[in-house]
Amino acid sequence: MEMKATRRAYGEALIELAKCDPRVVVLDADLAHATFTTLFRDAFPERHYNMGIAEANMVDAAAGMSGTGLVPFCSTFAIFGTGRVYEQIRNCIAYPQLNVKLAMTHAGISVGEDGGSHQSVEDIALMRVIPNMTVICPADANETHDAVFAAAELNGPVYIRLARAETPVFEDELKKPFQLGRANVLREGKDAVIFSYGIMVNESLKAADMLAGNGVSAAVVNVHTIKPLDTACVLEYAAQCRNVFVAEEHSVIGGLGEAIAAALLEGGVHARFTRIGVQDRFGQSGKPAELLREYGLDAASIADKVLSKIV
Amino acid sequence: MSTTYLNDLCKQIRRDIVNMIASASSGHPGGSLSCVELIVGAFSQMNFDAQNPAWPERDRFVLSKGHCAPALYAALARYGFFPVEELSTLRQLHSRLQGHPDCKKCPGIDASTGSLGQGVSVAVGMALGAKHQRKDFKVYVVTGDGELQEGQVWEAFMAASHYGLDNLTVMIDWNGLQIDGTNDQVMSLGALPDKLRAFGFELIELSDGNDIEQVVAAIKAPCNGKPKCILAHTTKGKGVSFMENNVGWHGKAPDNEQRLKALAELED
Repeated sequence: MEMKATRRAYGEALIELAKCDPRVVVLDADLAHATFTTLFRDAFPERHYNMGIAEANMVDAAAGMSGTGLVPFCSTFAIFGTGRVYEQIRNCIAYPQLNVKLAMTHAGISVGEDGGSHQSVEDIALMRVIPNMTVICPADANETHDAVFAAAELNGPVYIRLARAETPVFEDELKKPFQLGRANVLREGKDAVIFSYGIMVNESLKAADMLAGNGVSAAVVNVHTIKPLDTACVLEYAAQCRNVFVAEEHSVIGGLGEAIAAALLEGGVHARFTRIGVQDRFGQSGKPAELLREYGLDAASIADKVLSKIV
Repeated sequence: MSTTYLNDLCKQIRRDIVNMIASASSGHPGGSLSCVELIVGAFSQMNFDAQNPAWPERDRFVLSKGHCAPALYAALARYGFFPVEELSTLRQLHSRLQGHPDCKKCPGIDASTGSLGQGVSVAVGMALGAKHQRKDFKVYVVTGDGELQEGQVWEAFMAASHYGLDNLTVMIDWNGLQIDGTNDQVMSLGALPDKLRAFGFELIELSDGNDIEQVVAAIKAPCNGKPKCILAHTTKGKGVSFMENNVGWHGKAPDNEQRLKALAELED
């Protein structure tokens, strides 16, 4: 199976997008090699702006550029591109609803060796709380490509969360059409449903395989658009499966888990509900696989959690 | 436009500011009054169409010190962007004239501002966008002096110089006062002209930034391929004797008696 990081797929998608949309420009903050906007820079050097290690100025300058009719994509690491510049995004991009795309890489603990200072496990919370903001986290390279195009088509701010680690490129029945705000059911099941996004989709699929060996039929739903949430799909699968798990490489506070919990309560669906995520702690150094294991986010941990909670 | 006309306009805008803030019982008269000539100077030289405020080729104006919105609203109304009568809705529920400029609501506002330190970056992006698309429009931004304490402003200055944004004019309303006292009491700006030159600006320092002739001349002056900075010594509360150089009037609305007294001083 082909392996590719969503950040690389992002850099590649930008080139394709820029060929058909002359409004697209890309801004980076001295991390272009890591975010893979170098791929775009090499193809369109006159459309790539390095803003230096000055993220606040970068995102606000992007706001200004959008005011001249351009469609800026801003990239750096998620920790800096959301947390450090939260208020810039809120006041200068989202409040005036400007057409700026924030595509931030190195999200989550799978950043690995750089450690907790560089592992954003709060970015989804920070972005989804802002009015006018659309929040997407693609699960693989193809979905990243489609998310970039969908973001460009939408006239408004979009946050795209991307990963450093290489993950499988889904094939065959796992390859689904991408529609903004519409979750994709990757695996049907009747005993439990695992909602996830990003690199956790692959872990959830592997967990579902393990669970099948234990006689548990688990559905896996890829909620690539965290906001707006596909509430209809969430309620349908929660009602059908009764045991709801949300697996995310993010703090359990403020992430998809809480969004789904609210949807279930307000939708009147009674289900056994479990959040699988970073349990209100910071990340640390280690290999990505070791970290997923340590934080209970790898496939085996998800399967164990499902088995221990399912009724 | 003649100097007399512009002086009359500035005086009218000052009366509008006093009336608006008194009517709202809330707002920032001191800084609004100090930056009137900078705003009028810019608008007197800018290309725009008040009937078509979103005209893509227009020059852009960003009030980075967004709390001085009353000065900008009054200028926009007097330049025909919306009815003068609307000025009395400042800071009211459902008004287009929000406490700080909102580009989604109010015609003629090119950037939503208010959180200090960000408008210069937005203006840099606009100027960069113009360069990128080989468009001729210019970008003007007014920033406060206390606002220069925000590090992001210097990030923006660095970028303006790096990208050679000679279509950008940064105007600094240097009235020397901020909420908690003088700049030097709160956080010294140090050798400001030297710092600005060191950041790559074509610097024009105005001895009196409340002199419309000085402001207009500075806006018209060539900038030799660099971003331009007009460092304007102004008077906080300019035109109203009891507000001038009085930090207490940074964010306080005049009562009716004070309003009438101020208006009397601002008569033609």
